[in-house]
Amino acid sequence: MSAAPALAVEDLCVEFRTRSGVVKVLDQVGFSIAKGETVALVGESGSGKSVTAFAVMGILDAAGRVTSGTAMFGGSDLLALPERELAELRGRELSMIFQNPRTALNPIRRVGEQIADVLVRHGGATRAKAPALAIEMLKKVRIPDPERRAKAYPFELSGGMCQRVMIAIAIACRPSLLIADEPTTGLDVTTQAVIMDLIAELAREIGTATLFITHDLTLAAEYCDRIIVMHAGHVVESAPSATLFSAARHPYSARLLAATPGESGALASLASIPGSLPDLRRADLPSCRYSERCERRLDACAEPLPRTAVGEAHIVACRNPL
Amino acid sequence: MSVPLLDIAELRKHFEVGAKRGAWRRFRDRLSGKDAPTPKLHAVDDVSLTIGRGETVGLVGESGCGKSTLVRLINRLLDPTDGVIRLGATELSLFRARDFAANENRARIQMVFQDAGDSLNPRYTAFDAIADPLRRLKRVGGDALVARVDALADMTGLPRELLSRFPHQLSGGQKARVGIARAIAVEPELLILDEPTAALDVSVQVVILQLLEDLKARLGMSYLFVSHDLNVVRLLCDRVLVMYLGKIVEAGPAAEVFARPLHPYTRALISAIPQADPARRAGRLRLSGEPRSPIDPDPHVCRFHGRCPIGTTVCAQSAPALRRMTPSRDVACHFADTAVTLNTVQDSSPAKNGSGEP
Ligand SMILES: Nc1ncnc2c1ncn2[C@@H]1O[C@H](COP(=O)(O)OP(=O)(O)OP(=O)(O)O)[C@@H](O)[C@H]1O
Ligand SMILES: Nc1ncnc2c1ncn2[C@@H]1O[C@H](COP(=O)(O)OP(=O)(O)OP(=O)(O)O)[C@@H](O)[C@H]1O
Ligand code: SF4
Ligand SMILES: [Mg+2]
Ligand SMILES: [Mg+2]
Repeated sequence: MSAAPALAVEDLCVEFRTRSGVVKVLDQVGFSIAKGETVALVGESGSGKSVTAFAVMGILDAAGRVTSGTAMFGGSDLLALPERELAELRGRELSMIFQNPRTALNPIRRVGEQIADVLVRHGGATRAKAPALAIEMLKKVRIPDPERRAKAYPFELSGGMCQRVMIAIAIACRPSLLIADEPTTGLDVTTQAVIMDLIAELAREIGTATLFITHDLTLAAEYCDRIIVMHAGHVVESAPSATLFSAARHPYSARLLAATPGESGALASLASIPGSLPDLRRADLPSCRYSERCERRLDACAEPLPRTAVGEAHIVACRNPL
Repeated sequence: MSVPLLDIAELRKHFEVGAKRGAWRRFRDRLSGKDAPTPKLHAVDDVSLTIGRGETVGLVGESGCGKSTLVRLINRLLDPTDGVIRLGATELSLFRARDFAANENRARIQMVFQDAGDSLNPRYTAFDAIADPLRRLKRVGGDALVARVDALADMTGLPRELLSRFPHQLSGGQKARVGIARAIAVEPELLILDEPTAALDVSVQVVILQLLEDLKARLGMSYLFVSHDLNVVRLLCDRVLVMYLGKIVEAGPAAEVFARPLHPYTRALISAIPQADPARRAGRLRLSGEPRSPIDPDPHVCRFHGRCPIGTTVCAQSAPALRRMTPSRDVACHFADTAVTLNTVQDSSPAKNGSGEP
């Protein structure tokens, strides 16, 4: 990976104001994605995956604030760009698939028109040609009877169909950076395979870099080049997918893998991870936010976290890795 | 089996699609001889099923095949076009959906919704969301209510400090846990879960699945569990139903269906389960061809025809009915008999069965 990465995030910190205090949701998050690479972002619910995506896209909730960091994309820092320029990039170069598709779609506009709008606004299609292209997109994401279903409103579609409309909108303009927040959770495995192939096709044809947020480690292993593991607002490990599966080094990653249901074994044999995320409002957050749940903790773990390279493209933030 | 908890017979839900025509337009169309009936989308088409007390039934199938519509009919949020829904001795299909919220049977069925975010009231804190059914349906209040909500938060692995937050301040998985805590709060007889674990990471998922097992053992709760995660269905469910375009195409004990699927769609589904190990991805079944339209489908063609790897002229001339193939298995495919024998042959020579299937 010698070429400049498509996206390089460094030292990203984000806070939220709430009624009961400031929540330090992201702390020094860093990662990069090369052109044409698909990188998975996994981690416990609430660990800050969506917030990372929102920060990069510049669409954080009003109560949220980026307190430091950079996100370099094509020579400019997305975190420092004025909103007008960022808005110009979003939809054309930067595209996002949201975790809750139904609320992200316009409830009172037909889905075919919503795709056509994007194609006209950002894709250079003419008003006359856009509807046919929109139907073509619906067909690509496997909506049956696309000609007639283009006229449906979101509430007339199933959860997974809304999700696929969202995906069609996000990839319609062939973005160079795609952030997909659990894009296939509502899809059955055969439809999921079709969507993953579409993303791979974009990567192959135009070098789209994809940040793929997911809970499904097996899916990540099958389709993504690298996996980044987050815990409580920290990146704790980053490794090529196969390496993470065969030799995870961070205790949290190992636990996550052990909790993944496979094709054999019983429910009782799956181990949940003891404890929960620390309360991120605390002033005395330990330097390793996993330490209070970790069975490998040493005294040294209270010191600032290292970021150790333990192999080819394999980085772990732990004082006592496996 | 004795009297099942839930008994559904010949249930249908058809939605009218396309522009609604007013009376004048219909009249004009009739005069000009264009009076075609309004197109109908067959979301649930002639579905019959039962769920026993303490039984966990999985419902799987392609996105858009009618799973959510089916569970919304059972939960009485939608009125069926046709058919009967019975819960114990009560015929639920006699009640109108819009009156059901006030019905005495309301507490007997609860549901965890597919979009956790959408189904929570944005003006309710997590505490109020969980407390709401307890207040309304069980008249719990005061300290007892606070204690019960805290206990529910603990059970679902929701940190108590999040109880004062509003939905927009919670992550996807945190909202999902509020939805689950809320649904189990009144200890219903039947709990319907529409993709409850889709937004959860695997370690929280384990907590939820073990909680469900525990509630079933303690209270004899029954579940209808809709999920796309086939590994989870395999772990949790006694029986599994496979739907395709509005119809049940295969039903049977979960372990048997996963080990020896008889319908070609089920086979394709199981073979598409993601695999971390590249060696296991060989010999995968990929479906080609276009899915058929759910709008006014031809009643004489199998709904899987066109994508089915077997599909012959017979399949284009008559739709297969759901038939009993073995004492515990039902399949809707003209070629299910061949699948039964094929599987027997494969079983006796495991060396040949080197495909990606378990
Ligand atoms: N507006 C907000 N105010 C306060 N806290 C917030 C806000 N938005 C998010 N958070 C908190 O930030 C943390 C990270 O949230 P985020 O949505 O990024 O999690 P996630 O990793 O995407 O989880 P999931 O897998 O459940 O979607 C959570 O603990 C969440 O409660
Ligand atoms: N209100 C409605 N009006 C018209 N059609 C509808 C309506 N609700 C659902 N449908 C259609 O019914 C079919 C079944 O939808 P349903 O939501 O039950 O699917 P599902 O199996 O739950 O899919 P998913 O796995 O994607 O959630 C779809 O074709 C959908 O477009
Ligand atoms: S009936 Fe025919 S088309 Fe339908 S699933 Fe069976 S073989 Fe395939
Ligand atoms: Mg999220
Ligand atoms: Mg659904």
